[in-house]
Amino acid sequence: MKIIVAIKQVPDREVPVRINAAGKWIEEADLQFAMNEPDAHALEEAQLLKDKHGGEVVVLSAGPERVATTIREALAKGADRAIHIECDDLAHRDALGMAQLLAAAIRLENPDLVLTGLQSEDLGMGQTGVIVAELLGLPCATLILHVDKNESGIEVKRELEEGWFQNIQLPLPAVLTIQSGGNKLRYATLMGIKRAKTKELRRLAATDLGVASAPVVSLEQILLPQKQKSTQMITGTPREAAATLVERLKTEVHVI
Amino acid sequence: MSGILVVMEQRGGRIARISWEALAAAQRLGDSANITAVVVGAQTEVFAAEVAARAPGKVLRVEHALLLPYTPDGYIAALQQLIQREEPAYVVFPHTYQVRDYAPALAARFGQVLISDVTAISEVPLFARQLMQGRLSGAYRKLGSGICFVSVQAGAFAAESASSVTAGVDLFTPTMDAAQIRTRPGEPYRAAAQTVDLGSAQMIVSVGRGIKSQENISIIQELATTLGAEVAASRPICDAGWLPMERQVGSSGQTVAPKLYIAAGISGAIQHLVGMKGSQCIVAINKDPDAPIFEVADYGIVGDLMEIVPALTEAVKAAKQ
Ligand SMILES: Cc1cc2nc3c(=O)[nH]c(=O)nc-3n(C[C@H](O)[C@H](O)[C@H](O)COP(=O)(O)OP(=O)(O)OC[C@H]3O[C@@H](n4cnc5c(N)ncnc54)[C@H](O)[C@@H]3O)c2cc1C
Ligand SMILES: Nc1ncnc2c1ncn2[C@@H]1O[C@H](COP(=O)(O)O)[C@@H](O)[C@H]1O
Repeated sequence: MKIIVAIKQVPDREVPVRINAAGKWIEEADLQFAMNEPDAHALEEAQLLKDKHGGEVVVLSAGPERVATTIREALAKGADRAIHIECDDLAHRDALGMAQLLAAAIRLENPDLVLTGLQSEDLGMGQTGVIVAELLGLPCATLILHVDKNESGIEVKRELEEGWFQNIQLPLPAVLTIQSGGNKLRYATLMGIKRAKTKELRRLAATDLGVASAPVVSLEQILLPQKQKSTQMITGTPREAAATLVERLKTEVHVI
Repeated sequence: MSGILVVMEQRGGRIARISWEALAAAQRLGDSANITAVVVGAQTEVFAAEVAARAPGKVLRVEHALLLPYTPDGYIAALQQLIQREEPAYVVFPHTYQVRDYAPALAARFGQVLISDVTAISEVPLFARQLMQGRLSGAYRKLGSGICFVSVQAGAFAAESASSVTAGVDLFTPTMDAAQIRTRPGEPYRAAAQTVDLGSAQMIVSVGRGIKSQENISIIQELATTLGAEVAASRPICDAGWLPMERQVGSSGQTVAPKLYIAAGISGAIQHLVGMKGSQCIVAINKDPDAPIFEVADYGIVGDLMEIVPALTEAVKAAKQ
């Protein structure tokens, strides 16, 4: 089975983010970046399938120069090769524009299965994979925790709301968007990190993929979110803060 | 092109609350008279009647045997035909798992992008949606002509109460063929029997990824025991197996509304918030002063939970003596 995994590099969730001077995106200069969490689970699911059924896992990532580090990480974890679509306007491409880029690169590969994360941690559109399926004319299932291959295609476990699940049978080729937590991530071994350096990393210029549609939605401005409640912030040393809070829980909330 | 279609969704035999909220959001985009609430399925009379009693404009039943059970292929095919006929200015959805499954592809068929998970609509119109897991908010604008597809986040718009007149109901029968439907969905099932009912707990101490390791969970358990509270968690904690899945709060876990909800080391992503926003008193403990959890908290302490939680346990013990 040839499996393509779309992996996005996103700002590390542990690092504070600041709005840039233009108010149109975040200050990227001093940021650290990491692999989008659901994408890491998508990569793991692809590798589990390969471990069982053989084949090839190809990583696909669109973004500026810096995303090469995340691609290397995926290769170190065991992906066979990678495609890097070079583009500098991730934040201002709409979901259709991004999906067109990815779909154009995927078309060249003719895979059996395409996995994406269900949502990116920065833009959080939650739709790139679904649009890729539409553009490629492939069946799609979202919020997938587990994939099993069988004679007629694949059976997937889909998460529903409030702790419910559902299994779905799909023919191949297909596109799945993977939810976090369905599998346990493997670590890159020293050997893996070494071998990653020798693996194929193909670069494609976004302009060469022949998709040049104008965006239909634009991000006009970035703001701090509005508070829904007036929060009483309690300060002091941990001991002082704890004592103050317990006092409030007693006298104002009446739960102690 | 001035019409607004609102695609209503039912769950457990009733129109889901978030669908009424989508209908309320639609009223910010145009005149009530131009709003058509759409119900989709194989037998939609009952749902259509429920909607008609509350919808401001018209109601439309999109009905075909192939629309039950839900499949993305079926819904996309049916709604594509409806949208082509109606040529609306807007199509509004509740942001449910089902909508995330098909609406982005439906919009793409029209060369458009779904503006997803919208939390507010202001003049122009500008659509607000969360970025960076709720740490920032983005204002999005639709460019050019063409249909604007929007989905709204749960709890963001106040659902309208019943309208005084009952809306008229029309029927639309799409042309469909079984071969169009490529996926075969199975029956929904639950993982395991639930043994804890967080929904009726009076007090909950909930822990997130800020706890760093499984061993540290014990400080949360001590605080909960001292308070007489239940222990709960955000999703990554349950995914990691540090606490059982039945203790997960949020859109894919349980919905809770205790008198006191203490969130320790939880960032406050929307999928967590929808499960606990209804709590009477929310206390947030987080080292990041900008964590979105503080937006919904009544009391906040900025700091290291490894210091604050044990101090809190001691303070509760002292208060109870
Ligand atoms: C479709 C879908 C469904 C989902 N369903 C759910 C669901 O049901 N429930 C759910 O919870 N999530 C759900 N999620 C995941 C959700 O989006 C978030 O990823 C998740 O809630 C984050 O969990 P967290 O707050 O524990 O972790 P993080 O977002 O990593 O936050 C950790 C927090 O801990 C703080 N912290 C770190 N160290 C310390 C310290 N020493 N002291 C104090 N604070 C510290 C950090 O500042 C940060 O704010 C879902 C996601 C999707 C896409
Ligand atoms: N620039 C990108 N490069 C590779 N994959 C991407 C990119 N943007 C989005 N994706 C994929 O699409 C998924 C959903 O992203 P989004 O629709 O932005 O929430 C991500 O989890 C990735 O798998």
